Amino acid sequence: MLRLAPVLIIGLLVLPVGSGLLMVLLPAFGYLPALGGYGFSLAPWQMLFAQPGLGRSVAVSFASGLVSAALALAIVVLFLAASRGTWLDRSIRRLVSPLLAIPHAAIAFGFAFLIAPSGLMARLISPSLTGWERPPDALIINDPWGLSLMAGLVLKEVPFLLLMSLAALPQLAPEKRLMLARSLGYSPTIGWLKTVLPSLYPLIRLPVYAVIAYATSVVDMALILGPTLPPTLSVSILSWFNDPDISHRFMASAAAVLQLGVTIAALLFWWLLEQLTRILTRRWLTNGSRQGGEIALRVVGRSALLFSSITALAALAGLGLFSLAGFWRFPEVLPQMLTLDHWQRSGPMLVTPLINTALIGLISTALATALVLATLENEHRQHIQPKRALWLLYLPLLVPQIAFLFGLIVAAESLGIRPPLGLVIAGHLLFVLPYVYLSLAETYRRLDPRWLKVARSLGVSRSAAFWRVRLPLLIAPLLTAFAVGLAVSIGQYLPTQLLGAGRVTTVTTEAVALASGSNRRLIGVWALVQAGLPLIGFILALGVPRLLATHRRDLAT
Amino acid sequence: MTTSLCAPLSLGQTLRLEHISIALAGRELLAVDAAIAAGEVLTVMGPSGSGKSTLLAYIAGFLDREFTASGGVWLGERDLLGLPAEKRGIGLLFQDPLLFPHLSVGGNLRFGLPRSSKEKHQQVSQALEQVGLAGLESRDPATLSGGQQSRVALMRLLLSKPKAVLLDEPFSKLDTALRQEMRALVFSQLREAGLPALLVTHDHADAKAAGGPVIELG
Repeated sequence: MLRLAPVLIIGLLVLPVGSGLLMVLLPAFGYLPALGGYGFSLAPWQMLFAQPGLGRSVAVSFASGLVSAALALAIVVLFLAASRGTWLDRSIRRLVSPLLAIPHAAIAFGFAFLIAPSGLMARLISPSLTGWERPPDALIINDPWGLSLMAGLVLKEVPFLLLMSLAALPQLAPEKRLMLARSLGYSPTIGWLKTVLPSLYPLIRLPVYAVIAYATSVVDMALILGPTLPPTLSVSILSWFNDPDISHRFMASAAAVLQLGVTIAALLFWWLLEQLTRILTRRWLTNGSRQGGEIALRVVGRSALLFSSITALAALAGLGLFSLAGFWRFPEVLPQMLTLDHWQRSGPMLVTPLINTALIGLISTALATALVLATLENEHRQHIQPKRALWLLYLPLLVPQIAFLFGLIVAAESLGIRPPLGLVIAGHLLFVLPYVYLSLAETYRRLDPRWLKVARSLGVSRSAAFWRVRLPLLIAPLLTAFAVGLAVSIGQYLPTQLLGAGRVTTVTTEAVALASGSNRRLIGVWALVQAGLPLIGFILALGVPRLLATHRRDLAT
Repeated sequence: MTTSLCAPLSLGQTLRLEHISIALAGRELLAVDAAIAAGEVLTVMGPSGSGKSTLLAYIAGFLDREFTASGGVWLGERDLLGLPAEKRGIGLLFQDPLLFPHLSVGGNLRFGLPRSSKEKHQQVSQALEQVGLAGLESRDPATLSGGQQSRVALMRLLLSKPKAVLLDEPFSKLDTALRQEMRALVFSQLREAGLPALLVTHDHADAKAAGGPVIELG
């Protein structure tokens, strides 16, 4: 049984992505008998390229992926270089997983409430600095170049890249490298950049690629913050797929293939940038400069990440404020009165989406955790080195969701698989599985093997040792991985919306659906619920092991 | 001996290591041929990297696949090599006491007891009393001193009723005074239990205290 686990995991990840891509590729060239496309043709492509504003859509998708990833990576790297061992470092480390847990849509809404012409920022400086007595008529969110979209993406990508870096760092023994560099006269930040970063980057390359792929094809954030005329490519694809005119389905398939191309092009472009950076910094690494720019780098490194974290927290606070606001005239910083009306009115509507969210999240995460544990235990028993298959885990994160999910629906329909809830859970599993694996694997492998040897030399069988020794010792990382999985599932918009055929409502689909309306109070309620659910998961994950271990000091860490 | 009168003495068996040879990537690491009688301690000495711990891993059933090994491991008339680690009846004592942090002191000792044992509660409290830790059943192992933890680990090992014991530098992390005390305790308990034991160490004083034959590796 156990030996099947890795095959099962890879099958679960590769088959859906592969078949989904195939079923998008065929209709892109006119072939889909179910919709009356019996021959191959280039008509979908001709129709696609005749769409107004397509070039702009593609450009915004391409640029937002690259720019946001580059900014987020720079913020994280400079922070790590400049803040080691400071109070800032310690508090950010504590904050990073909760920040990561906040879904994209909630961050996007909160950020929009901050920067909108009538948002909190404008209120803070009006009318004193600006003289505005009424909201200025400016297109700040949904700006045509996607700048607010990029900023929103950076807010979400920073905690992700930071967490990935923090997980990879210990194996590089950064303290020793830094000590050596400093004993040779390098200032700390420069020393870190020259001795640790070159080894760190290869370890976080795949997460960076995943960030680029996600950002070039994101849907929920682009619906909230992105440009509208024309929208990003991914948002256009979604509306074409939902168009009642059948011929639009074929064009949408062609556009999904184009989206895949845009993402691949962005990744290739990034790869070229990597090569260029390597060549340009080769001399810098060994030119012996030890101090230059230390102060500037330190200031930027510490303030940039602090700023992005505070913005994310302020966005959450803004959601809370709007959800409670009664009458609130423009330049006033706070509402004239607070009310629970919006919460009370939303209460009954929240029930079904909450149940669906919990059901989908718990089942998909439980399945993912069981599969990951089985794979890791098998790897341990068979002494398998895990390196090669790792990039397969990233497959669902590297291929744009919108490019294969539609094909997946077509594939499921032609196989007669229809229950929307089951399909949604299976779809979530695809995205939950990699994250559960990534957050658990390292600690699982690092557990001192002598624990299990002692157990077995005391007469306990392999599987009993797994249940009675390994799981209890790993309870804290296990629960954290579970919370990560839940957070990923709760935040999923596109898979829920598409695989559920619009009939499975979760807090995320409902919150994003409110984006087209303009009831900020209602949006505040829903987005806050959406942001709160994963936080509950993390609080439990942190609290339960402490509760269990009140009498066990060495376990509580 | 008075004990043989009142208890059906589980007569200790000899642990035989027959022409054991362990190689890594085609290069022989070590070769051992020895028999350890009940109550006797065989000491294997050698510098780090000489394969001492590898020998223990082979006997206990944890050898990594990258090694190739040949030779027999017999306990009395029983061939151990075909058995999984938990069926071999070989207890291990490491440098670190490795008390399970999720269990209490008593829980750790009960973890060692065979499932079918009678009067588990009493056996546990007796074991603790024997090493001067009476009444500490419900304590968190993390709150014990290093020496106390080592003693609990020893009793956990003995309660599991092993047929032979392997000691992997068990005293190297203790301070000098504690080291002598633990040596005396471990060796007297092993002798009393009539178990064959294999000690690997790089400390000559350990070998002397063990009092048995010595093999030098490397």
